[in-house]
Amino acid sequence: MAAKITTGYDVNEVRQDFPILTREIRPGVLLTYLDSAATSQKPNAVIEAMSAYYQDTNANIHRGIHQLAEEATFAYENARERIAAFVNAPSSEELIFTRNTTESINLVAFTWGRTFLKAGDLILLTEMEHHSNLVPWQMLANELDLELEFIPVTPDGLLDLDIYKKQLKKEPKLLGITHMSNVLGTINPLEEILQDAKSAGAVTLVDGAQAVPHFHVDLSKLEADFYAFSAHKMCGPTGIGALFGRKELLEKMPPFLGGGEMIKRVELRSFKTNDIPHKFEAGTPAIAEAVGFGAAVDYLSDLGMDQIERHERSLTGYAIEKLSQISDLHILGPDIEEKGGVVAFYIKDIHAHDVAQILDSRGIAVRAGHHCAQPLHTKFNLPATSRASLYLYNTREEVDRLVDGIHRVKEIFA
Amino acid sequence: MEDFYRELIIERYKDPHFRGVLDPNDISYEDDNPSCGDHIQIDVRLDEKGIVTEALFSGEGCAISQASADLLLESIIGKSVDDIKEISKEDILENLGIELGPVRLKCALLPLKVLKAGIYGINKTEESD
Repeated sequence: MAAKITTGYDVNEVRQDFPILTREIRPGVLLTYLDSAATSQKPNAVIEAMSAYYQDTNANIHRGIHQLAEEATFAYENARERIAAFVNAPSSEELIFTRNTTESINLVAFTWGRTFLKAGDLILLTEMEHHSNLVPWQMLANELDLELEFIPVTPDGLLDLDIYKKQLKKEPKLLGITHMSNVLGTINPLEEILQDAKSAGAVTLVDGAQAVPHFHVDLSKLEADFYAFSAHKMCGPTGIGALFGRKELLEKMPPFLGGGEMIKRVELRSFKTNDIPHKFEAGTPAIAEAVGFGAAVDYLSDLGMDQIERHERSLTGYAIEKLSQISDLHILGPDIEEKGGVVAFYIKDIHAHDVAQILDSRGIAVRAGHHCAQPLHTKFNLPATSRASLYLYNTREEVDRLVDGIHRVKEIFA
Repeated sequence: MEDFYRELIIERYKDPHFRGVLDPNDISYEDDNPSCGDHIQIDVRLDEKGIVTEALFSGEGCAISQASADLLLESIIGKSVDDIKEISKEDILENLGIELGPVRLKCALLPLKVLKAGIYGINKTEESD
């Protein structure tokens, strides 16, 4: 490990951990995967950990007395501890396993929201939210007759914090905010924002789906009340995510889904809820996925989040430099200082789908559409953008292939 | 795969023959493709026998959806509403002259979906597909 740190980050060595990256998309066409903001690829360490769990350990967790049940329970709970440590959560009982970030946010809306909000209460969100941090609150607002307001996004792709400070005077009950935009790449200055929300008496929920995979997130320092993220964007499997919640809040919240595991005792007409975090984990959970999630945070820790961040920052800078030289191509979002490895762009008079289609013919995977952030695209008056998103295994050579591909797109549409 | 972008498709995308809005009209319908933000509106004028005399489309979208709309409208001028009901997915792909995967197929078929929904909207007794 020490050798790796002194010699720097060897991306070609890292790539060898990801079997899919050697795949030819079509005969003779290498995969250039630039869609990690949608989902990341998985290293051998994660694939093997899940496979080993099924081969050696598989059993249902908790309650079982037999050896396998003990081992499976340990594997599941130990994964929770490692994931909680990875984001430096004050305690692992504050980390609930969910299906993904979307379910984490819905959990808060359904349990905390329905219990503690009433008609006329204000929820403050931002214009750069993913649909997963908009629609649950719209649903709740319809149900309870709540007010919604949005921190505006400036043309540079930053939150307008002067307006935010004015909005706080209306005493919102909740601030829901993304840590990093999945379209603009903007990394929001959360410490300041959350501090101000807290002073104004608002509970805070952060969508960390695009943050936790890419840089070190310290939940003891950030002081978010709720923080949601997904395994599959950080080298882990699909089907599992996490919700961090402050203990005082989680204990006051009613359960989410009802069933096994979330109870202490059940009678025919009543039940007593289990302690946190189990209170929020009804039914048999995604055990192998939790094991894979644990292996993913181990893998990221071994590489070093600081090393990963440095690699991505350098690569993002390179991508922005190269792409901005292409005429008629416009990149959304702020400059590199305030931006993570998400580069959404549009080319004058060429629809994003056509860009993505032609890039695909060269094995280059980018995303085209509104990336589940339709209101943000409406704001910028764009029906769709193309998005290249970078991760720890991407190279400058891949960025060059993207640039060549875009030149070809322009030729076809010339 | 670049064959998607046959000359005809690029040509019709850049210079559509049936782009615009008809007001008044006999049939007008619009719809979106939620996965990509394509939006198409189609306006149609019919004569007293129910034959299409004019048809125009408006909206935003990729080259495939726009070219598909343009070629579709070209093919329905002079046709009856009943003829339009017979137009199939295969007809659209034949017009475009390409084969498409499931995602782009939605782009290509959006104009037909809009047109049929508009037509079934005026004949409410029949079911739309």
